[in-house]
Amino acid sequence: MNEHDLTLRIGGEAGMGLESSGAGFAKALMRGGLWVFGVPDFRSRIRGGHNFFTLRAGPTPLYSIADPVHLLLALDKETIRRHLADVVPGGAIVYDQQLELEDELQREDVVYVPVPLTEMAREIGGAEVMRNTLALGVASGLLDFDLQHVETVIRENFSRKGEEVVDANLKLAQEGVRLSEPFKDDYSFRLRPAAEPPERILINGTQAFALGALAGGGRFVSGYPMTPGSPVLIWFAQHGADYGVVAKHVEDEIAAINMALGAAVMGARSLVPTSGGGFALMVEATGFAGIGEIPVVIYNAQRPGPATGLPTRTEQGDLLFMIHAAQGEFARMVLAPGSIEEAFHLGWHAFNAAERAQTPVMVLSDQFLADAFRSVEPSALNFDAVALDRGKLLTEAELDNLSEDYRRYKVTESGVSPRALPGHPNAVFVTESNEHDEYPRINEEMDNRVAQQSKRMRKVQTLREDVPAPTWYGPEESELTLICWGSTYGPAREAVDRLNTEAAGRANLLHFSGLEPFPPTAEAELNRAQLKIVVEGNYTGQLESLIRTHTGIEADSAIRRFDGRPFRPEYILAQLEEV
Amino acid sequence: MVTRADYRIDERPTWCRGCGDYGILNALSRALVEQGIAPHETIVVTGIGCGSKLPQYMRVNGMHTLHGRPMPIAQGARLANHDMHVIVVHGDGDGYGEGLGHFAHGVRRNPRLTELVQNNKIYGLTKGQYSPTSAQGWRTSTSPRGSAEQKVEPLALAITQGATFVARGYPGKLDHLIWLIGEALNYPGYALIDILQPCVTFNPKRSYDYYNPRVYALEDESDYDPTDRTAAWLQAQAWGERIPIGIFYRVDPEPSLETYEPALEAGPLVKQPLKPLNTEQITTLLEPLR
Repeated sequence: MNEHDLTLRIGGEAGMGLESSGAGFAKALMRGGLWVFGVPDFRSRIRGGHNFFTLRAGPTPLYSIADPVHLLLALDKETIRRHLADVVPGGAIVYDQQLELEDELQREDVVYVPVPLTEMAREIGGAEVMRNTLALGVASGLLDFDLQHVETVIRENFSRKGEEVVDANLKLAQEGVRLSEPFKDDYSFRLRPAAEPPERILINGTQAFALGALAGGGRFVSGYPMTPGSPVLIWFAQHGADYGVVAKHVEDEIAAINMALGAAVMGARSLVPTSGGGFALMVEATGFAGIGEIPVVIYNAQRPGPATGLPTRTEQGDLLFMIHAAQGEFARMVLAPGSIEEAFHLGWHAFNAAERAQTPVMVLSDQFLADAFRSVEPSALNFDAVALDRGKLLTEAELDNLSEDYRRYKVTESGVSPRALPGHPNAVFVTESNEHDEYPRINEEMDNRVAQQSKRMRKVQTLREDVPAPTWYGPEESELTLICWGSTYGPAREAVDRLNTEAAGRANLLHFSGLEPFPPTAEAELNRAQLKIVVEGNYTGQLESLIRTHTGIEADSAIRRFDGRPFRPEYILAQLEEV
Repeated sequence: MVTRADYRIDERPTWCRGCGDYGILNALSRALVEQGIAPHETIVVTGIGCGSKLPQYMRVNGMHTLHGRPMPIAQGARLANHDMHVIVVHGDGDGYGEGLGHFAHGVRRNPRLTELVQNNKIYGLTKGQYSPTSAQGWRTSTSPRGSAEQKVEPLALAITQGATFVARGYPGKLDHLIWLIGEALNYPGYALIDILQPCVTFNPKRSYDYYNPRVYALEDESDYDPTDRTAAWLQAQAWGERIPIGIFYRVDPEPSLETYEPALEAGPLVKQPLKPLNTEQITTLLEPLR
């Protein structure tokens, strides 16, 4: 049977190569025509501890991981101990036959598949780390997934290490299939490849956002490594130079954002990737971008705080912090993609919005969205839709013909001033962090302060035009509406699907990817919902409070999670029972 | 031709009468004119403090930024448009206090820019607290019993971190300062000029009367070799009855920061056309994901 999605989990210690094995197998499944969704679950350490990679695959598109595990690949005993309860009846556990399993690790309704993982990896491959390949070979055999796609991935992934390594891995995968034979009759779950699999791509939120930012003309990236934001910096450091991008890893986050501001003033579309703790260090400079009217894109992949918190885990705790960060008041935009498609779209849209309003635009991701892989049609990254809008940027010709002294902070109806880049003889000007007049000269007079502060705040109107409206998923008329933002979209969407499979018209979803300025259509959309339940990954209910602040609308109930783990549809459904 | 009128602006500085910042402003604009650099070809990046208001008092591109942060901002500006002369101007509190980390890291990156530090050994704008370059034991409003800290040695630190143009100037020797700034502007790497800046109001003990009899130019010493790194490092910490100014250390620079960026081979970042990715680029980018 192949009609349902299945979940595989491979677990062991850090340093065992779980993530690359998991990602490799995900790619093989995708190439076999299955839809996949995968997420690593890692601790903040280089070696040891318990890590695992969850991989879900099935015949329909997937937006989340799910709790039940159909096949557990245990590289150590700890994996069985921790995940035994998640294995469904009829599921299987592949483990090293050297391990002696105590009674509490035995279940009557689970198929145990002991294989010589370590011994054979040493014998054939000469390295214990190759037991992953053997385990995946066993998995392929049990699931009846034709090994050809796994073999292609092995060839691609190991070719750099030489023919011997490729051959050893291929042999181990094949041995795995052979070892699975005696257990196949007892195990009924199957993932058979399609005869003519369509072209798809396997991509995580980090890559989708980075590709969007590159497509949107991102040309300067500066950052300081901080999980889970650094993958964007690493992506640009590795790929940027081929596309005309300068990407710098600098001494600290304060330098990172200030360097980006310097580049932005000169005219480069600039991006600062970080996580919440790094952004905390960038707060003062964010305010400089506000009063200096400097377009910059700040990317924060959230992790649970405060302070060091849970470095490798996920949370949606920084929303109100981003909206309010820095002393004083200024216009800004806060975006929160909920999917691969939105991460790509907002990656380029953020630069347009920043340049159109000449102010900081923040993109809030989180560890879950940043690290989770999903297979999508290549068209999910809509490169054709990418447009580059630099707002009121003066052209060379306009500067050549400037009839009056250039005023960088000219008071206009929209609050947006025509912007010159330094370098033209007709527009010699200062970017100023003191309160200033139009030219700008430092100016502390009351009238001027009111004129300039009002001008800057009027730019909120331009931002409102550009902030994405909340979107609906599911039937228009529903008994209840789940309301979410950012990465919670995927699990909430699957929860809605399951509710409507049980009974049509039970639930729909209202998803916010634009949060500041609060989208003008939000109130009307919220009023269309019956029972309103806000689902978000934090303790205090930050979206719920935003909704109340901006619309006066009270949610009927809330589902929150702040244990550092991503939402799953099962979690949402279980909580719904309670509320 | 660039003239002094090009840099003139109708704005009175808020500095005290006799402030060393006037001399520095004067020397900078005159050096720029002497080097034939027009106001639109340069950008002066400053921090926060009395002296950092300098771009308000000359007609020039500028960024008046945040306390301690002009170094990274200037490096970003330089990486984005390396056609521009980038000059950092800030005080000792900005450069060696709040910005000491950026200073040390900026130096080792060797960006092609000129850094001028208005070093008056006091916090002037906040009315007289000891600074990172105040002598140990200096009594101020925040060090009523005398400061506990050793002073920062900026020139020695710069040499240690790999700087290859390290100098000290003094507005009381204006022609010498103009010459120094000109040398720095022409130097194809990072150039530091620490400037003894008298603060007549809040640090009168380190004003013209103190410096005039003590200051001498290394250029006048026939046996001083500015290519000797160890000698320069020692000389950079010399202080007392005789205070050296001039170029302490100068050798040919290593390749500057910009030369390490392949993206800049096609010209300044901001002068390269901003256009959507083409089909071939998209295919290449998606290939590893298939």
